[in-house]
Amino acid sequence: MATIELLKVEKRFGELQAVKPLDLTISDGEFVVLLGPSGCGKTTTLRMISGLETVTSGRILLDGRDVTYKHPSERDVAFVFQFYALYTHLSVRQNIAFPLQAQGEKRELIDRRVKEVVDILRIGHLLRARPGKLSGGDQQRVALARALVRRPAAFLMDEPLGALDAELRETMRAEIKNLHIAQHATTVYVTHDQIEAMAMGDRIVVMSDAEVQQVGSPAEVYYDPANLFVARFIGSPGMNLVNGHFAEGLVRLQGTNRYAVPPAWKKPLAQALEGREEVVLGFRPEAAHVNPNGALSGEVYASDMHGGYTVLHVNIDENEIVHIRSDRQTSPAIGTPVRFDLDPEMVRFFDPRTEAAVRREALR
Amino acid sequence: MARFAEHGPRAPVIEAVRVDKVNPRSRALRRFIAFIAVVVAVIMLIPVLVMGITAFKTRTDILASPPKVLFKPTLEGFVYLLFDRAIATQSRLEELEQNAKAGKLGLLDRIALQAGMEITGPSDYVSRLRNSVIITGISTVFSVLLGLFAAYAFSRFKVPGKGDLLFFILSTRMLPAVVVTIPLFLMYRQLGLYDRHLGMILLYITFNLSFSVWLLKGFIDEIPKEYEEAALVDGYTRLQAFFRVVLPQAVTGIAATTVFCLIFAWNEYAFALMLTSQRARTAPPSIATMLGSGGLEWSAIAAGSLGFLVPVVIVTFALRKYLLRGITFGAIRG
Repeated sequence: MATIELLKVEKRFGELQAVKPLDLTISDGEFVVLLGPSGCGKTTTLRMISGLETVTSGRILLDGRDVTYKHPSERDVAFVFQFYALYTHLSVRQNIAFPLQAQGEKRELIDRRVKEVVDILRIGHLLRARPGKLSGGDQQRVALARALVRRPAAFLMDEPLGALDAELRETMRAEIKNLHIAQHATTVYVTHDQIEAMAMGDRIVVMSDAEVQQVGSPAEVYYDPANLFVARFIGSPGMNLVNGHFAEGLVRLQGTNRYAVPPAWKKPLAQALEGREEVVLGFRPEAAHVNPNGALSGEVYASDMHGGYTVLHVNIDENEIVHIRSDRQTSPAIGTPVRFDLDPEMVRFFDPRTEAAVRREALR
Repeated sequence: MARFAEHGPRAPVIEAVRVDKVNPRSRALRRFIAFIAVVVAVIMLIPVLVMGITAFKTRTDILASPPKVLFKPTLEGFVYLLFDRAIATQSRLEELEQNAKAGKLGLLDRIALQAGMEITGPSDYVSRLRNSVIITGISTVFSVLLGLFAAYAFSRFKVPGKGDLLFFILSTRMLPAVVVTIPLFLMYRQLGLYDRHLGMILLYITFNLSFSVWLLKGFIDEIPKEYEEAALVDGYTRLQAFFRVVLPQAVTGIAATTVFCLIFAWNEYAFALMLTSQRARTAPPSIATMLGSGGLEWSAIAAGSLGFLVPVVIVTFALRKYLLRGITFGAIRG
């Protein structure tokens, strides 16, 4: 297994900048997820690591070895495609053995290694079948087996679960994660599904507009989004972001609502805004608690039953709707006025001018 | 509809009635269309049938009026087609007849004898058929092979001026071939390609290439590029990936292209007539010239045409599995 280093890696397609200069170090055995909406450059980044896409500028190091201009076959990485890319003219066994044949391995070794990976993925009964006849999940298992069999330095996966239905996706998610833990395999995983990213990644690289927005653990990107994009993109529903004006320890929201800024935030906020008043107040749905004496008020616009909890859509001003998670029993009728409080530990602030989050730590 | 009238639209409709699927009138219509198709096919096949029958008739049966439907089949036509023969003198005839009675004469000689003739050697047609096989075979192999490489490049790589090049390739097909025969004739004579196998092979490759590039490009475009990318990452070079992954996937397209190139080269008449005389002459013009030399040997002409048809039918039948299969990629959804 190996480390992967990207040094100022950039990709342009003519005028279009697909990936802006990007620095990223992936440690040995780490599971890194590239997350972002479609067209954000995450797949291009992955393809540059694999060598399927050339690099416009910058360098790529694999275990310290410069592979920037190496052919894909010389990089010792395995790629798992969204649509599996299994060879329909070969049997499952031949598909799995295909990478080993490229290396000119002996028959016995190929047989042994195929058996190993087939046992790991429990697809021994499928060896003689043609890939076209298999279910989506089994096809993806075969594709994973083909990647595993070569014992590559790193695994690159491009939305490997994107073509599966929801139920199977969860099963395969756990399978891939277990595989990763068992193999201690450096993995770069591309997805646009933030739930998948949160569930699988050791670290998440959030990308948008060809740029890295934030790199951090799932908890970091969830609780401390670096900017408005990450705050909106991570979570379902995303973080509530309400425009307001900060003055004298209060954030005046539109309408009548006033939010008293927690003491710990007052100083950093004042410094970050440098006298400007506009601020964005951010809080996760679970940071709000319905409370008859709550500081903020609104009326119920809609409520979604999610099983274990209910998400209330609360209109706090004209068409300013926030999501609040309440317990399962509470399902007030539409139009009911509600009051709620915010957990001071879970409130975040953003500077609307730069869209960046205001940091508490920076001032300590 | 009756249900709606009785219970109103609120009553649940228990079973869906697909009027279009069960309408007996439409089923009858479909049968009628099938019947018409069969009739048309039969009408289209009548000339082929007549040709087939004629090939096995004697000269007198062919010229009989009204035409004979029932007759004693003979290989006379094929003997006339494949062998040169001479009218035997009276003394030679008697000698031959005695040989025949003694069982010394082969089947073909006996057939010739019945018409009072003696076989003197293989006819020109045999060498022309051989020319057809050589020229068609080699030109088809190269048309498909070169077309495949070109199509792959056009499909997968950034080729400067790709659109213009593709259009330019197609432009060779934009005027009737006959128009260029005279300039070609003059060029070929200067280059020493007139009446040479190489000349005809080059010509047919040129004409088929535009077609095969376009056809194969369509097929290769349909093969997802992830196939090769997977092979590249798995440690194969581009060329290995092409032979081990793309080629097997493109087999349907290759088969279809082969059949079309083969039929074109095999049937080509105008160029063969103008650009060959003896050495490299192919079968199609020689069947036609049989009309002129030494009376109308209808049975020989029919036999020649029939024999000429058979290879194409065999190849098409052998490849029909690929022709009909269409392009299906089971493992790639999207």
